[in-house]
Amino acid sequence: MIVPAQFYLALAAILFFIGVFGFFTRRNLISLLISTELMLNTVDINFAVFNAYCHPEHLEGFFFTMFGIGVAAAETAVAIAIIINVFRNVKSIHIKNMKELKH
Amino acid sequence: MNILNLFVVIPLVMLLALWLCKGIKQIRTVMVTGSTLLLALSIYLTVDFIAQRNAGVDAAQLYVDSWSWYPALNIKYSIGADGVSIAMILLSSIIVFTGTFASWNIKPQTKEFFLWYVLLSLGVYGFFITTDLFAMFMFYETALIPMYLLIGVWGSGRKEYSAMKLTLMLMGGSAFLLMGILGIYYGSGATTMNIHEIAELDNIPTAMQYIFFPLTFIGFGVLGALFPFHTWSPDGHASAPTSVSMLHAGVLMKLGGYGCFRVAMYLMPQAANDLAWIFIILTTVSVVYGALSAISQTDLKYINAYSSVSHCGLVLFALLMMTRTSCTGAILQMLSHGLMTALFFALIGMIYGRTHTRDIRQMQGLMKIMPFLAVGYVIAGLANLGLPGFSGFIAEMTIFVGSFMVDDTFHRVVTIIACTSIVITAVYILRVVGKILYGEPENEEHKKLTDATWDERFTVICLIICVAGLGIAPLWVSNLINDGVGDIITNLIP
Amino acid sequence: MDYTIFILALPLLSFLILGLCGMKMPHKTAGLIGTFSLGAVAVLSYITAALYFGAGRDADGLFATIIPYNICWLPLGETLSIEMGILLDPISVMMLIVISTVSLMVHIYSLGYMKGERGVQRYYAYLSLFTFSMLGLVVATNIFQMYVFWELVGVSSYLLIGFYYTKPAAIAASKKAFIVTRFADLFFLIGILLYGYYAETFSFTPAETVLMTAGGIIPVALGLMFIGGAGKSAMFPLHIWLPDAMEGPTPVSALIHAATMVVAGVYLVARMFPLFIDFAPDTLHMVAYVGAFTALYAAVVACVQTDIKRVLAFSTISQIAFMMVALGVCTSADPHEGGLGYMASMFHLFTHAMFKGLLFLGAGAIIHAVHSNEKSYMGGLRKYMPVTHATFLIACLAIAGIPPFSGFFSKDEILVACYDYSTMMGIFMSFVAALTAFYMFRLYYLIFWGKSYYEQQLALYKEGKSSHEPHKPHEAPATMTVPLVILATISVFAGFIPFGEFISSNGHAYTIHLNYAVAAVSIFLAIAGITLATIMYRKGTSSLTVSINRNLKGLIDAAYHRFYMDELWLFVTKRIIFNCISRPIAWFDRHIIDGTMDLMATLTQKLGTWVRPMQSGNVQSYSVWFLSGALILVLILIYFV
Repeated sequence: MIVPAQFYLALAAILFFIGVFGFFTRRNLISLLISTELMLNTVDINFAVFNAYCHPEHLEGFFFTMFGIGVAAAETAVAIAIIINVFRNVKSIHIKNMKELKH
Repeated sequence: MNILNLFVVIPLVMLLALWLCKGIKQIRTVMVTGSTLLLALSIYLTVDFIAQRNAGVDAAQLYVDSWSWYPALNIKYSIGADGVSIAMILLSSIIVFTGTFASWNIKPQTKEFFLWYVLLSLGVYGFFITTDLFAMFMFYETALIPMYLLIGVWGSGRKEYSAMKLTLMLMGGSAFLLMGILGIYYGSGATTMNIHEIAELDNIPTAMQYIFFPLTFIGFGVLGALFPFHTWSPDGHASAPTSVSMLHAGVLMKLGGYGCFRVAMYLMPQAANDLAWIFIILTTVSVVYGALSAISQTDLKYINAYSSVSHCGLVLFALLMMTRTSCTGAILQMLSHGLMTALFFALIGMIYGRTHTRDIRQMQGLMKIMPFLAVGYVIAGLANLGLPGFSGFIAEMTIFVGSFMVDDTFHRVVTIIACTSIVITAVYILRVVGKILYGEPENEEHKKLTDATWDERFTVICLIICVAGLGIAPLWVSNLINDGVGDIITNLIP
Repeated sequence: MDYTIFILALPLLSFLILGLCGMKMPHKTAGLIGTFSLGAVAVLSYITAALYFGAGRDADGLFATIIPYNICWLPLGETLSIEMGILLDPISVMMLIVISTVSLMVHIYSLGYMKGERGVQRYYAYLSLFTFSMLGLVVATNIFQMYVFWELVGVSSYLLIGFYYTKPAAIAASKKAFIVTRFADLFFLIGILLYGYYAETFSFTPAETVLMTAGGIIPVALGLMFIGGAGKSAMFPLHIWLPDAMEGPTPVSALIHAATMVVAGVYLVARMFPLFIDFAPDTLHMVAYVGAFTALYAAVVACVQTDIKRVLAFSTISQIAFMMVALGVCTSADPHEGGLGYMASMFHLFTHAMFKGLLFLGAGAIIHAVHSNEKSYMGGLRKYMPVTHATFLIACLAIAGIPPFSGFFSKDEILVACYDYSTMMGIFMSFVAALTAFYMFRLYYLIFWGKSYYEQQLALYKEGKSSHEPHKPHEAPATMTVPLVILATISVFAGFIPFGEFISSNGHAYTIHLNYAVAAVSIFLAIAGITLATIMYRKGTSSLTVSINRNLKGLIDAAYHRFYMDELWLFVTKRIIFNCISRPIAWFDRHIIDGTMDLMATLTQKLGTWVRPMQSGNVQSYSVWFLSGALILVLILIYFV
């Protein structure tokens, strides 16, 4: 049985808004990072789904998914590095303490 | 090489030289050389102009020249001078020259002070020599901006507040002005920015004139202390250092009247004729209101600032009367007020530099302590209240006689109201003279003060000579101005 | 008459020399420079007068009007211009004599009077400035030149009243004098402007045709000019500055506030007389009524003042009012038919200048001797100051109108002119003349007769009741008494000058003849006044004085306070103008106008603080804005597209 595309899309939308919600409400840098990853991954899912259902003869969607995963990994690495550095400097990864660059 | 260009080139060279200067001696040398050169040049210019006129050269503008600057918008750097601008250039040179001596001992950051000071004069000179709307506007802005720093850094009292207020109000004015200028440019067909060419075209639609005349007039009027846009003047003058007050009240405020006349009224004669009554009422209010406010002030500079509101109001008032005599009187009044008020501010600065107060309630009997300054102050006061023999008298009389030539009740009534200012002026001048100069000195601290030093004496004497010279032999300058006014007035009278 | 320019140039030159380098000069040099230049001016004036009147009348029987100089000073449009020049006609030549004579006397007198004062150089500089401006005023060729010098005499008067600039009273008085006269000058100026516009010239002799068309405006213009004249000549209610002006040095009071400057208003009316008569006879009569009221008012006030200079000041006001009345009662330009007043007025101006100058200089000598202006410090001075006493008595007799002193003749002509105009006016002015005799002799007796203050003090000192020996009054030095004697001589004989031969309302010769009825009445009244004064004040105080003082207490108090005119003016200026107009305007400017500007700035700032949180730097809130914006856009797209 073929699962209808709507199911995948619904899952992606739910996950995306979970990510959005997390990004809006969380105050911890790691949580923010996770939320961002979540949003990125839902986009990857959408790419894959649209590719598979709408244009199965092409592979660009899958490629983009691959790129997305790669970029997400790189981004996570950079972000984690920044977070660690922030932590070293202000002894916290809570967002409200990060005012050094403001003003 | 057009001689008028030198008025922009010399300040530029002075800027460069000042930038390279090290030490107070060099700075003073540059300033004195530069300002003397400018003064000599403007005297030469005046003499040459009169000689040319006597030789029968009767073009409206002399020393005309033009370079294309930004062809897409027809912006040109075009210059030229008539009697009015010659008079204004002469005035600026005198004030810049004496102002240099009045700020002989300015501290700290002497170099920077003079840099801004010269930039300001550059703007002023540029404004008076150009005949291109855009260049005029540019020089106008050049003259305004240094004001902010000069007051904000070297001022006294609530200097930041005053500097901000002055700059913002004047900038607000120049926003109106820019709209007005663009209106004129597009209204006349967007082919030229040259004032005289626009005047020749004379094709701005009346409906547009009604919109853009008030904008332009108010834009310049803010600088000319038009009621109710005058409130920057008391605060600004009170906080500014001496020479800046001199330059500002003496020359910069004249940009307002000059612009109203040369741009607003000259280019939009229809609206000027129809809407004059509104502004006549406002200026009449300025004249009387400024004088009345001055009566109850206690700060010397405030008194003088309100007095400037009154006198500059008279300038605009006379311009709006639109007779040849009254407009001549207006320009004479600009000259005369420029010199008198510069003298006044110089003296106030010198007194303040000694007593460290400008409150008239805290000073008495200065005549005994510093006779030179006190006598100077009495002379300045008498000149200000329009005593014959000083420039104020001839200017006021020309204005009143000129205004009386308009034969209808409204103009008669406002003229008579404006006339009352001469009495009110006497009241506030004599009040101050009586309070601070006469009597026995009571303040022990003040008794130890010294009289003027040589640079101060020099400033005061130069200005008194100018004021008295203009008042005793007014014929040549009156003819010079009358000549320049004629062209504009012919355009104004329908 | 090209040399007449020196009449103006010399005082100006001496003013400049003394003003610019006076401080480096010894006092004596400064005084001598001033006096010698004035001496030269006086000589030149006499020569001018001799040549002018000596040249005789022309074919029309008039003295020709000579204008040796007239240059354009300031052009004002096509038709109008201010000219500066010298105009010689009978009245200006007469004024030249008056001014230069009195001024010379005052210069000489001041050499003694001002000895040892601080700033004598300044004093002489101001005197020169004053003389220059006053001479410029009388020789003016047009009304605007007159106004120019009018202002200059005003300022020299201001400077001289405030000469003792450390004395608060002097400062206040100088300020008051300047402002009050300036206020009047405002009307003068408006009058000139109206006149200039409608007559199309500032000269005194406009074209008849032009004036005909202007018609109704000329009386208004002339009336306004008269207000200016009233300010300078201290007519009620603009007289308030003159009594206070006595704070200046006494010789200055003699020169400016008695003999010359204060008659400028009379001179102005006389100058404009042909126009007044032809176009504004009603305005001219208004002048007469104002003058008559002022004469009475000032005479009444003079009767009770205690400061001798103030008595003289009010007497001056009263006498100038006589001149004004004389001009005002003229009904035609012909001296035989109602135009007598013109000549009488000028005659009185001339004689008054001499004897009033003398009175003031005499008062100066007295003040110099007793160091006070108050009558209570005087009394019995005739023993100590014989010359002053004699000359003062002559002046008193002259002003009281006793023949053969000069005042009698001129005042008699005025009274004749008044009776010609209306009997009421004649009786009224005769009454004032009687009052004049009374208050002058009251003054005379209070100063020179009665108990001597010095002797009383000396007696107290000898009894040991007073700790310090009083200062013995002494006769003034020769520099002061010589001018007194000269002026006294003139005051005695000036009445015999055939004045009408030189000056009359239409320029033709007029032979003065006494009207014996009027003369008898006025002599009788003068003697009555003197007798009353003698009874009341001959021996200090008499029982009559006491009873009068008791019965008329209210009136005397009011008169002593000058009928509260000063208080009224002070109320108007201080309370109403300063507190109710100027203060509120200043407040309005700072709080409403400036407040509006500040409010605009504050509102902008408020707006700024309101939108500023959006730029918080907080990525999360940015993303909320971003997402909601994106969602709204998507919804709009879906809905509309």
